[in-house]
Amino acid sequence: MTMPPSDRRSFLARAATILGLLPLAGCDDVSLQPWLRRLLGRAEGLNHWLQRDVLPTRTMAREYTEADLSPVFKANGSTDPLDPDYRRLAEDGFVDWRLEIRGLVETPLLLSLDQLRAMPSRTQITRHDCVEGWSCIGKWKGVPLAALLIQAGVRPQARYAVFHCADTLEEGEDRYYESVGLDDATHPQTILAYEMNGAPLPIAHGAPLRVRIERQLGYKSAKYLMAIELVDSLARFGAGKGGFWEDRGYEWYAGI
Amino acid sequence: MPSAGRRIWIVRHSAVVRLTHWVNVVCLIVLLMSGLQIFNAHPALYWGLASDFARPLVVLPSFPGWATLPGVQWLAMGRRWHFFFAWVLVINGGVYLASGFASGHFRRDLLPSRAQWRAIGHTVWDHLRLRFPDGEEARRYNILQMLTYLAVIFGVLPAVILAGLTMSPHLDSLVPALLDLFGGRQSARTVHFLCAVALVAFVLVHVAMVVLSGLWNNIRSMITGRYVIEEGGGDDDHAAK
Repeated sequence: MTMPPSDRRSFLARAATILGLLPLAGCDDVSLQPWLRRLLGRAEGLNHWLQRDVLPTRTMAREYTEADLSPVFKANGSTDPLDPDYRRLAEDGFVDWRLEIRGLVETPLLLSLDQLRAMPSRTQITRHDCVEGWSCIGKWKGVPLAALLIQAGVRPQARYAVFHCADTLEEGEDRYYESVGLDDATHPQTILAYEMNGAPLPIAHGAPLRVRIERQLGYKSAKYLMAIELVDSLARFGAGKGGFWEDRGYEWYAGI
Repeated sequence: MPSAGRRIWIVRHSAVVRLTHWVNVVCLIVLLMSGLQIFNAHPALYWGLASDFARPLVVLPSFPGWATLPGVQWLAMGRRWHFFFAWVLVINGGVYLASGFASGHFRRDLLPSRAQWRAIGHTVWDHLRLRFPDGEEARRYNILQMLTYLAVIFGVLPAVILAGLTMSPHLDSLVPALLDLFGGRQSARTVHFLCAVALVAFVLVHVAMVVLSGLWNNIRSMITGRYVIEEGGGDDDHAAK
């Protein structure tokens, strides 16, 4: 039985690595060291702590005007899901599509698109910041998630809202999913959008329904919503990190 | 009449300056390389609130693997390196600033005197001929050094940090004035990049000057603090050479 590589490394080697000496020497595989990834990942905890536990949290993302709308709003991630279930729903104009709200709620809900459209809505022109670095400004209309959560009755044990999606981004992988804490789920600008720029939400942008999480990076705003599940732990979804991209090393708290 | 110059050892840099200098070296290298990794995810720059893909400011080819951290395309890991060392940079910079103000280092060593202002043309001319002061004048920074250091410490570094923070959608919601300061998130991203270019230019010139004006004396003084100056015949550096 061999020791894991991390145990073989002396303290000095670690210190040298932290000082950035090894990457400079071209030893790129230090980035593959789990301990180093964990250590560097601690900075995210610091960001989360500072942005959420130290600084005020009930802040609003800036809202823009019609004049600021991006001429082209880039669609990223899945833009045309091939999943057969989704294709069937899309071919019928999503008449059979239902949003399920389940998990730690008093009253699970099953809502059609027409029911959602009949509810009080919020329209907002906001900036979408992709983790890749670009930004686009779009106009979104939808139902505040907080209203649906009040209707369903969130149980006290619930800590997160998990968004289950219809699309498979990488073949053979799990379907896309995301999650936020209840603070973001009930934020006034967190809406389930069925309209974009005054028209029904296009498939490239997540038809029939996507969530808008306006104070975090774009990958949090999950598209092709099928269900929202209230849970007390993220451990049993995917690799347990709270989202498709989080399972691949990206930050769960994507505030920067 | 070059008389036999007397070698005098002085303490040039305080312990705090030396320590924070080298931590800064590591931070800037890691931040630059991981920053190029992040930039490669979308190697184009824009001006304004958002990205008008039809009108980029500039589209660059991707930076090669030897310049990025990690060397392969790996945005998630580049972000981890970047944000971790951004914290180190900020904490290190905070220590340096607090110490610099408290000890009088900035006032004493970085504020040019009137005499130095008056002689600025002369100093520029000396630099162009790669003639560096010795004797009494070598005890302190020359005015070009002072102004450059002041611009980096109180100009470029705060700007690169603020522009970086402006890219955070959460911090934008907390301090919307950040967006107004830079004229939008995409402008802030461009400023962040330009600041990085300015820092690279500064480091290149800085290292060149270190080499030209006495490599080992300079490096020793930044490690142990001790710096040697030639006194005597060197007092009037124009006569001595």
